[in-house]
Amino acid sequence: MYLQIKNINKFYGNTHALSNVSFDVRKGTIHAICGENGAGKSTLIKILCGLIPHGQYEGSFTIDGVEKKFFTINDSRKSRIAVIAQELALVPEMTVAENIFLGNEPRKNFIVDKDKMYDLASQAMLQLQCDIGTHTQVKELGIGKQQMIEIAKAISKNAEILILDEPTAALTEQESTTLLNLLLQLKDKGVTCILISHKLKEILKVSDDITVLRDGSTVCTMKISETTEIDLVAKMVGRTMVDFFSKEKIDIGKEVLQIKNLSSTLRNKKVMHSNVNVNVHAGEIVGIAGLMGSGRTELLQILFGAHEFIVDGSIVLNGDKILPQNPQQAIEKGIALITEDRKQYGLFLENDIVFNSTIAFLKSFTANNLMQKKEMESYANENIQQLRIKTNDAATKTGSLSGGNQQKVVFSKWMKKLPHLLLADEPTRGIDVGGKAEIYKEIYRLARQGTAVLVVSSDLLELIGICDRMYVMANGEIKVCLNRNEFDEKIILKHALNIS
Amino acid sequence: MTAKFSLSKIGNVRSLTLIAALACICIVFHFATDEVFLSARNFSNLMRQASVVGIVACGMVMIIVSREIDLSAGSAVALAGGLAAIANVQFQMHPAMAIGVALAAGLLIGAINGLLVAYTRIPAFIVTLGGLLVYRGLIKGFTQGETIGPVSEGFQMFGTGFVPSYIVYVVLAISIGYFLYHAFNNFKNKNMINAIKYIVFSLLAIAFIMMFLNYKGLPVPVLIVLIVALVVSFVMENVPFGRYIFAIGGNREAAFYSGINIRKQIFRVYILMGLLIAIAGIVYTAQLGSATSAAARNLELDVIAACVIGGCSLLGGRGNIFDALCGALIMASLDNGMSLLNVQDYIQDVIKGVILVLAVGIDMLNKKN
Repeated sequence: MYLQIKNINKFYGNTHALSNVSFDVRKGTIHAICGENGAGKSTLIKILCGLIPHGQYEGSFTIDGVEKKFFTINDSRKSRIAVIAQELALVPEMTVAENIFLGNEPRKNFIVDKDKMYDLASQAMLQLQCDIGTHTQVKELGIGKQQMIEIAKAISKNAEILILDEPTAALTEQESTTLLNLLLQLKDKGVTCILISHKLKEILKVSDDITVLRDGSTVCTMKISETTEIDLVAKMVGRTMVDFFSKEKIDIGKEVLQIKNLSSTLRNKKVMHSNVNVNVHAGEIVGIAGLMGSGRTELLQILFGAHEFIVDGSIVLNGDKILPQNPQQAIEKGIALITEDRKQYGLFLENDIVFNSTIAFLKSFTANNLMQKKEMESYANENIQQLRIKTNDAATKTGSLSGGNQQKVVFSKWMKKLPHLLLADEPTRGIDVGGKAEIYKEIYRLARQGTAVLVVSSDLLELIGICDRMYVMANGEIKVCLNRNEFDEKIILKHALNIS
Repeated sequence: MTAKFSLSKIGNVRSLTLIAALACICIVFHFATDEVFLSARNFSNLMRQASVVGIVACGMVMIIVSREIDLSAGSAVALAGGLAAIANVQFQMHPAMAIGVALAAGLLIGAINGLLVAYTRIPAFIVTLGGLLVYRGLIKGFTQGETIGPVSEGFQMFGTGFVPSYIVYVVLAISIGYFLYHAFNNFKNKNMINAIKYIVFSLLAIAFIMMFLNYKGLPVPVLIVLIVALVVSFVMENVPFGRYIFAIGGNREAAFYSGINIRKQIFRVYILMGLLIAIAGIVYTAQLGSATSAAARNLELDVIAACVIGGCSLLGGRGNIFDALCGALIMASLDNGMSLLNVQDYIQDVIKGVILVLAVGIDMLNKKN
């Protein structure tokens, strides 16, 4: 056994985050770890990479039979462990090569040897078979390519154990495939990968072994051939999931949103959308599938008035022609947006649930321009009950809630006035299985009350699971509109990839 | 275990720690100065000296909470106060008119700063750094390098006057009532630390008033600080505008996507700051009895220091008026105490600088653990 984890225990105050976690990782394999949010995956990684120093946890782990005691992240680097975190640690203003060798620059007489650095970087990129220029600034690259650079950085430091935390969460299917193929290549070169992912299909495709964590304990470690997706979900949640999306039958009403011949350009004349036609009815859940950069997120931003495009064409909401210039105007028209990245665009993590759930409609909680705090608190409490937000009380900081519960707080923000149109951009990204199901229920509940819902998601199964109709977007154009009975992964992908 | 408990604990422990630190400083100086420091006369002077910084700090807290900054505050106070003095002395205007001039100047400064910060993309640091030079230059020009004074007696009242004792008792009754009401509410909600905090506050209020009455009474500028602080903290707690600035400073993107008109709110913050700068300028000029082009030099640095010692985060989203006033008192006590001890000027600067960095350092360490 290469990496052995023995009886690791970790307490955060009274919370038993990890209890007797033990499992073995074989050398040169891809070892998946899965479990719901809060199962202890992140805590385990922090221990393995030295972010939680030796002494602050019980138990031990060995590499090649030698017990390792890490006090800082540098200690784990010396033992050739590299972590690719969810939040990428790249400097946007620097070039690809500069990022790869950051803190590790090849030198000649105390001066950075740029020629050598770019040579080495090109070699590394060639080795990983990525087609990225080493002189490109990282800020110009998409998340998928940035992830590749993180991996190149790790490999250039001769990492032998690569720990990846949700590497494909923000990637499209295509980007994910590239990344996973890269992992397989690295495996052939003898690198051991520990892969943490919510995407069970991917895990089943690439990994050799799998460990399931639940509530801080190891449920089991098994060979991938011994399990199936349904079995894994059952082990993660401790119960068998019958239908995960549990799509509800909702009556579809009148047309709420009609987008006609919409096209948009950036100020530099770059075309974003051309000839987009989309409509959504009351109670209808409509998806927009497509790769990242296909213009799906940007379409929602145009509807919400949060963009800098020059827009042409018409948007009609409940019979009125609209073109919101800023979010206030969109909100006044009854449009709500669940943003792509809840931590960056959705929440005030330092503030409590009351603050977050009332901020968008604060004016409606006032009398004589004074905030009615009792009313605000009871609104927050109603939402905690209605959305089943797991928290001690409404005065809890949203930053301390789990991802799923945070997303519910984002929903509660828009519940004060039932929106005519709900725009949801990646509504369940980074949320565990149980949390996702609850978010879907919330979307159904709104639809049942007559809200028209437009969902963007990189998770194709999610769109197939919850939508009544789906548009597939590529290069800013709608390629096809499919009804629920026509949903087919292959067809959707084909259109998204623009293969005719 | 519960986030609420630990959260409110941090906030309240800060207030109590600040008061404890202030008390320690006072006691040390009191004995080091042969019991001069806490004598009724010196106490009254000290509070009066701290009042200008206190008034501006109330505005600066709002600015820092919304993740902006105002480096022009000192020059702006000098300009507003100086124009009031010119109106009163050179144009023989009635004090009320002179105050009107100061208010107009303050609001104009606030509007200029606010427009530039909110509606152009120039960073607040740069806008107000420019303001620091421009407003100082203007007051140099207006005064022609001369001392403008003395201002009329009615004007001086705002800096050196004392409040009639019956008003003092009314202020005392209101503040004790306010504090005990909060103490009782917190006691009912089993929030003991908060309850203790408000009881400490009401005891302090009594002690302060007793000290003032032992000398000539409650100084007018101290009453002005109290009113300003109460109004500003009420606005921050109870008016949507207050929430909005916390939201903007806490997460500007999320504020934008929540439909908050960021520019409008930032503009309003600077307008309010302009108003407070005018008030501070009047008090400053009234205290000195005259205006010079060197007035209120580096005041903005003292004010920012007071806010930061009082727990304002320069990263935005966090700040409290009363804690910032405690910070202002700490800085003023250091000034006053060291002057009484005849500590040399350069050592005073060194000590104040060290304490500022230390205070924030301790805060950071506490947060980490």
